[in-house]
Amino acid sequence: MTIWMIIRNSLRHHALSTGITAVSIGLGCGLLMSVWVVNFQTQRAFKNVTGGFDSILGPRGSQLQLVLNSLFHMDSSPGLVKAFDYRLFREKYKRFYNRAVPIAVGDNLKGYRIVGTTLELFEVEHSPGQKYELAAGEKFIQNATQWNKEAVIGHTVAAQLGLGINDTFQPYHGLNFTEGQMPHKDIYSVTGILKPSGTPADRVIWIPIEGLQQMDGHDPRFAGDVSAVLIQMSDNTTARAFGMNSLDSIYNKGTDHLTFVKSNEDVVARLFDQFAWAESVLRWVAYLVAVVAAAGVLASIYNTMNERRREFAILRALGARRSTIFSVIVLESATIAALGVLIGFAVYAIILLAAEGTLRNEIGVSLHPMEPHKVMLIVPVVMVAFGALVGIIPAAKAYGTDVAKNLTPQS
Amino acid sequence: MSLLKIRQLIKSYKAPEGVRHTVLEVPEFSLEAGQQLALRGASGTGKTTFLNCIAGILRPDAGDIELAGQNIAIASESQRDELRAQHIGYIFQTFNLLQGYTCLENVLLGMSFSGPANTQQATALLNRVGLADRMDYRPGELSVGQQQRVAVARALANRPNLVLADEPTGNLDPQNAQEALQLIREVCRENTAALLLVSHDQGVLDQFEDCHDLAEINKAAKEVAK
Repeated sequence: MTIWMIIRNSLRHHALSTGITAVSIGLGCGLLMSVWVVNFQTQRAFKNVTGGFDSILGPRGSQLQLVLNSLFHMDSSPGLVKAFDYRLFREKYKRFYNRAVPIAVGDNLKGYRIVGTTLELFEVEHSPGQKYELAAGEKFIQNATQWNKEAVIGHTVAAQLGLGINDTFQPYHGLNFTEGQMPHKDIYSVTGILKPSGTPADRVIWIPIEGLQQMDGHDPRFAGDVSAVLIQMSDNTTARAFGMNSLDSIYNKGTDHLTFVKSNEDVVARLFDQFAWAESVLRWVAYLVAVVAAAGVLASIYNTMNERRREFAILRALGARRSTIFSVIVLESATIAALGVLIGFAVYAIILLAAEGTLRNEIGVSLHPMEPHKVMLIVPVVMVAFGALVGIIPAAKAYGTDVAKNLTPQS
Repeated sequence: MSLLKIRQLIKSYKAPEGVRHTVLEVPEFSLEAGQQLALRGASGTGKTTFLNCIAGILRPDAGDIELAGQNIAIASESQRDELRAQHIGYIFQTFNLLQGYTCLENVLLGMSFSGPANTQQATALLNRVGLADRMDYRPGELSVGQQQRVAVARALANRPNLVLADEPTGNLDPQNAQEALQLIREVCRENTAALLLVSHDQGVLDQFEDCHDLAEINKAAKEVAK
């Protein structure tokens, strides 16, 4: 109790320097935790954004572009897979896959992508044990003989555009929305709204693929073409590897106009690998901020040692042991670090919430700011331990205070 | 049996020019439990050094200082801290109150190194010295006389056997000095603590039945006087 009374008084007396030091520790601590958690959760979230599909067949081009365009609904479309190639794949290589779901892109509604597909997409588990579920309404009509100009919209689209069941809209041409642009003549009505899935699908307007292929203004010569084919390979590990390797040989080596993405996850992992240096730089900046902050604790306490010599001498004259004075300084240093850690959690929450909002709005990927991660225990413990460690230097100075010499007031 | 017994005590300082000056040379001195003794001494006669040696704040060059059966002169630093915390209350001329702390906290600190700090006891002590309405004031917000009262309360907070008072009225006007002295003596009596007071103020010394010249005890002081 006595020790805490002394510490509390000192912190109150040096409130400004304590506050500034704690804030700098908080920044370092918050940055470190954020860099770590954002990196971990974005990698996990992006790697999970496979929509339940292992591979993609698309036009010849960059595999990354194909993945971004087909699964993340970002970037431009690399082109089209001819109707002939699509049919050939479906019929000739059926033994290699469980499902092959075509998608077609090229239109938007106020910047939100309209993606043509088949109802089979909603039967796939986009994440383990999770399918796209309707929050309201029903799926669009699409069968062998009929399809309707109907749409199932993602949760974000519904919220952002204020669309509800039975509302209608006219698609705009292109993947990006330009103000003043004239819409297509086709009128679609919303039949279903999906529950939030925490995937890019939340930002998509799904319509029957025929609707997009035959949209007013689209070239009828390409009516059977698709943008990509999302492929779910066999569940059997050996068959899956064989299928992937076979399709890789057939399309990537055997043709010059189609690209087969063997593993969507690997492509995303390669994307993160390319930016690993940026994450590394951020992490080192955070380390540096944390070290500078710890040095700040040292400087802040060390600078008060001279003015506090008399206080220590008086405490010693009252019977305080040298070890008590030593403990006071070490604990005071650790307390400043602990205050910094508390601020660090606030900094972390701000950064994570901002990152979460940005990712959700821009890509549709969800982060979980409140999800515990071991770094949220390690960083605070290390920071407080580091704070106590740097406190040893001024504590040693306080330990050696000459009582008799410092009892007299210094003018 | 004496509470405090001193034998062949010597303390010297090294002057800047390198020569050692002996400031204390006490062949024998003792104080009984509950005794109130005043020592008269002019400036530079080793009054504070004498009290600091007894309090274990300074280590003597030679000799024995026995307090409550323990020899402070040869005790380790932590043993001396312990002895000070358990047995000694010290009233300084400059009060030495901790400025960032309230009156109550200053008194609590006085008792907390000898055992658990007791807020009730601290409050009672401040009541006793007439500062019931100033518990939450900081020393800077009090008059000099009130600060002295806090110092008295703090010195008695650990229920010491021995209270050392170094020119306790040196910074007070005559009326406050008189009151403070009365208070110190009364409170020591109530707490059955012995009092060893050093002063050069004849008005203070006249109030003690038991009063000696420091020079009678300290041979080195005699040298200074010569």
